[in-house]
Amino acid sequence: MYAFNYHKPKTLAEAQALIGKLPEGKLLAGGHTLIPTLKQRLAQPSDLIDIGGIAELKGLTVTASAVTIGAGTRHDEVARSAEVKKAIPALALLASGIGDRQVRARGTIGGSLANSDPAADYPGAVLGLGATVHTTKRTIKADDFFKGMFETALDEGEIITKVEFPVPKRAGYMKFANPASRYVMVGSFVAETAGGIRVAINGAGPCAFRWAEAEKALAAKFAAASVEGLKHKADGLNSDIHASAEYRAHLITVMTKRAVAQAGG
Amino acid sequence: MATVSITVNGNKVSRDVEPRTLLVQYLREHLGLTGTHVGCDTSQCGACVVHIDGASVKSCTTLAMQCEGASVTTIEGLAKDGKLHPMQEAFREHHALQCGFCTPGMIMSAVDLVEKNPGLTEDDIRHGLEGNLCRCTGYHNIVKAIAAASKTMGR
Repeated sequence: MYAFNYHKPKTLAEAQALIGKLPEGKLLAGGHTLIPTLKQRLAQPSDLIDIGGIAELKGLTVTASAVTIGAGTRHDEVARSAEVKKAIPALALLASGIGDRQVRARGTIGGSLANSDPAADYPGAVLGLGATVHTTKRTIKADDFFKGMFETALDEGEIITKVEFPVPKRAGYMKFANPASRYVMVGSFVAETAGGIRVAINGAGPCAFRWAEAEKALAAKFAAASVEGLKHKADGLNSDIHASAEYRAHLITVMTKRAVAQAGG
Repeated sequence: MATVSITVNGNKVSRDVEPRTLLVQYLREHLGLTGTHVGCDTSQCGACVVHIDGASVKSCTTLAMQCEGASVTTIEGLAKDGKLHPMQEAFREHHALQCGFCTPGMIMSAVDLVEKNPGLTEDDIRHGLEGNLCRCTGYHNIVKAIAAASKTMGR
């Protein structure tokens, strides 16, 4: 790691003031992406602003219509929450499959989303459920949030404060994890929401994206068989040593079928 | 340099360290507690697992500064009054190690797993060890040891 200065603000206002005057600074949440990145010297921030101690970023609230998760909430808390399991079981299931137990004890939803790693889990749920991302400046709809590989709609210094997931009629999430790293190779989050069917694919492309063709087929009939004959284009999908774009395209259909079945379709 | 104060195995300690110091470096190099191992150094193998405020975490992926004021337990803090922790005793009894390199992290993960999950099945134990790699044992005796300790812990 290159050397950096370390700050630990106690409030969101202090964190905002710091990031505003430290243009080469970076926010540190759970640190489970940023610290490995620093260890490989892939980033050289002048300062780390540790937002892990800010109480107003933590916690969960569940109502009949929405699950709202503070940006600093750890994956483990979401995975183990009886209220989340009841309101949106697929969301708790997704959180329970991120990394391993030790990673889930540190990693946060805000950190995961701000990073927008193509192989992350949470972007699938945010896009699949049509969540709203709240920040220190505004609210951002899921459909406008993910912009590309490690790229989001967030401005410099803008901090995610919470994520609001509308409770769907039903939802399912399935992923094909890399056999060694367990990162997502292809994931599919399927939800029947008040606004219609949503199918979000993570792991396959530069960032999470919706699969319109499957949404249309599932709107006609919410059943795994509706997706059977569909095939996503391989063009534009990620291709690396773990899987070719063609293989990922194949997995999109398979994971979507399984996600629909899990949702009860 | 910055001063980091942590309660380690019940003792309050303070050291002046660079902000980039990892918790595992703080423990091994500044406190001399070398029971916590560095295996992969990339958050995958779990040899460095310790407890921070009761949760098992990878100390190679945590900055010492993030632990200011926290309570950390390492493998050295498990035995009490010269008596092994039931999990350590179970690892010995069931020969749950060969080279022993992964053992401190394996035991710290196992203690946390058992404490948080009563009534563990074999399947739960195998899944619960997702974040810990062992290259010698094939895990079988580790799983047996944890199943046995889950029945003796807390008695």
